[in-house]
Amino acid sequence: MTRRIEWVHAWLLLLPALVFLFTFTHLPAIRTIIDSFFSTARGRRKSVFVGLENYQQLLDDPTFWKVLTNNLWFALGTIPTSIAIALVMALWVNEKLAGRSFIRMAYFTPTVLPLIAVANIWLFFYTPGFGLFDQIATGLFGTGQHNFLGDPDTALGAVMVVTIWKEAGFFMIFYLAALQTIPPSLLEAARVEGAGRWTIFRRVVFPLLMPTTLFVSVNAVINSFRLVDHLFILTGGGPDNASSLLLFYIYETAFRFWDTAYAATLTVVLLVLLSLLAIGQFFLFDRKVHYK
Amino acid sequence: MFITPLKRTLSAAAIALCASTAASAADVELQFYFPVAVGGAAADTIQALTDEYVANNPGVKIDAVYAGSYQDTVAKVLTAARGGDAPQLSVILSVDMFTLLDEDLILPFDDYATTADDKAWLNSFYPSFMENSQTGGKTYGIPFQRSTPVLYWNKEAFKEAGLDPNTPPATWEEMVEMGKKLVKKNASGEVERWGVRIPSSGFPYWLFQGLTTQNDVILANSDGNKTNFDDPKVVEALQYMVDLSGKHGVMAPGIIEWGSTPKAFFEGQTAMMWTTTGNLTNVRKNAPFDFGVGMLPANKRRGAPTGGGNFYMFKGSTDAELKAAFDFIKWITGPEPSAKWTIATGYVAPRPATWETDAMKAYTADFPPALVARDQLEFAVAELSTYENQRITRIFNDALEAAITGKKSPAEALKEAQEKADAVLKAYR
Repeated sequence: MTRRIEWVHAWLLLLPALVFLFTFTHLPAIRTIIDSFFSTARGRRKSVFVGLENYQQLLDDPTFWKVLTNNLWFALGTIPTSIAIALVMALWVNEKLAGRSFIRMAYFTPTVLPLIAVANIWLFFYTPGFGLFDQIATGLFGTGQHNFLGDPDTALGAVMVVTIWKEAGFFMIFYLAALQTIPPSLLEAARVEGAGRWTIFRRVVFPLLMPTTLFVSVNAVINSFRLVDHLFILTGGGPDNASSLLLFYIYETAFRFWDTAYAATLTVVLLVLLSLLAIGQFFLFDRKVHYK
Repeated sequence: MFITPLKRTLSAAAIALCASTAASAADVELQFYFPVAVGGAAADTIQALTDEYVANNPGVKIDAVYAGSYQDTVAKVLTAARGGDAPQLSVILSVDMFTLLDEDLILPFDDYATTADDKAWLNSFYPSFMENSQTGGKTYGIPFQRSTPVLYWNKEAFKEAGLDPNTPPATWEEMVEMGKKLVKKNASGEVERWGVRIPSSGFPYWLFQGLTTQNDVILANSDGNKTNFDDPKVVEALQYMVDLSGKHGVMAPGIIEWGSTPKAFFEGQTAMMWTTTGNLTNVRKNAPFDFGVGMLPANKRRGAPTGGGNFYMFKGSTDAELKAAFDFIKWITGPEPSAKWTIATGYVAPRPATWETDAMKAYTADFPPALVARDQLEFAVAELSTYENQRITRIFNDALEAAITGKKSPAEALKEAQEKADAVLKAYR
């Protein structure tokens, strides 16, 4: 009898969280998948079942392949770089140096600023001629007319730099916290054994940071698909989609072109991609992560 | 016993509520979304005009809601409409007319123009502005904040280069020749000042439409279901634009940012610029040198696209609301309010009657460049507008960007764009 009441209690306690989870995550996902099999309803025409036609359109769409490729390059560029920079910054500010708090604050500031606001600032940085980077280039090298955002070869790179700048500080905080939980006795023992700084880092510190690295890399993967706010300001998708990303293309299709069925199809692709990446990451890291 | 004070308070509240709803039940309430696409106090001017109308027309309440850029405004209106809560009237891009029709949201003004006066008013707008406002023999949009692009030039730079500071280029050849003289290089051979600047970021199709019109070709039919992107004259126009930076070296290579164009002009980075007449007041206030404003140069003919927003009236409103909305739109496009709006912003007043008012005559006598955009209307054509307009312009913009950055040849890029546009638009034929 009490077992059953306990069981009911357990479900009642879980209910609020489950309701939110279903309403805002699972139901929309299922709805999106269903919508991707219908055509877009316009005022004068109703939506009809079209089966896999939207998916066929997706496979034939060169813009989709372009944004997918862009997104993969974007992920490849931003994930390892931001994690590496975050780790280096954390290692640096973990030591006792003067002005440590100020430096930590400086590294964390990009995180608290809204991406749209900083995108406007970076737009100025990248402006040819009188933008900050060109002014520095003119001062140092005498040349100063680079069109970072207007050149399809550099637009994606320019956008990646802004993303890395934004998220490295956020990851640094996690690494900093994890570094401070490493017992100093381990580091002392290693030093006593005669290990150099690099060996200590590679054999002691980094393996102990694995749980944090897993967490940070999952975040970085999500961010590489999620952070598209700056595209609206910097390039609007870039010269001929050179800097367009999947989520940006989804927004355009859904809310500029109002082609909701095709946007649902694109969203399904995004969902599948992210699920695969998340599952893959957990399996990949499982063996390497030591939890204390 | 203690229920009585509670009962009293409750009944007092109920009576107050009834009283207030009884009063506002007599008022017609309108909600009107508007975008602002230029700097300055445009939003304040609209609020002031709205307040003036409400003060003179008891029984009508109007809530003017600033809704961001043109794209934000149309997104908000479409979202509100899908939620069943569309505003009664709004200012939206003239070229979104087909999209709004397809979503079955707007009403023709002809049904409300019943008296002879109304009909006269409906016919009193400049025809170039009406091209994006009418289809199927009916008028769906009333021009409000309309513009054309114009050529601004730096008179001091002209003098420096040995050109007559009061004569802008009148043809494509002249623009290239004068541009070459105006290009200034620094000691290390890098260009410090370009001859001309035609921005190509965001919506390159608009200024490019200037070039196509000057080359005597139209980009889409008036039914909004067929585009003409791969016409040889369009390819020619794009080749000219690409050659400005490639072959002739008078314009910066790559995509040129729209937003920083006036600033680049003030900083002397370019001697001539193509941009909207809506920047007129901005340039007047901030240019540190004497400048001129002229029509865009001709090739086979003079030409420019029109641009900007129209008033639309929406379905789902009551008859009383629509009558009040119609009356407000008639008033705000009347000579006096329209003059106030033009002087405050630089937009082109859409009716000839407005230019005859004393206020406008005084303003244009003091500042003749304000007349250039209006005079250019004679040569202006409809802005590119089709069904699924945002998508078609996106396809076209992508093609222009590919050609401008040298990734594809103009012919190739435009042929692909035409194929993609055809695939989208054939559902509408």
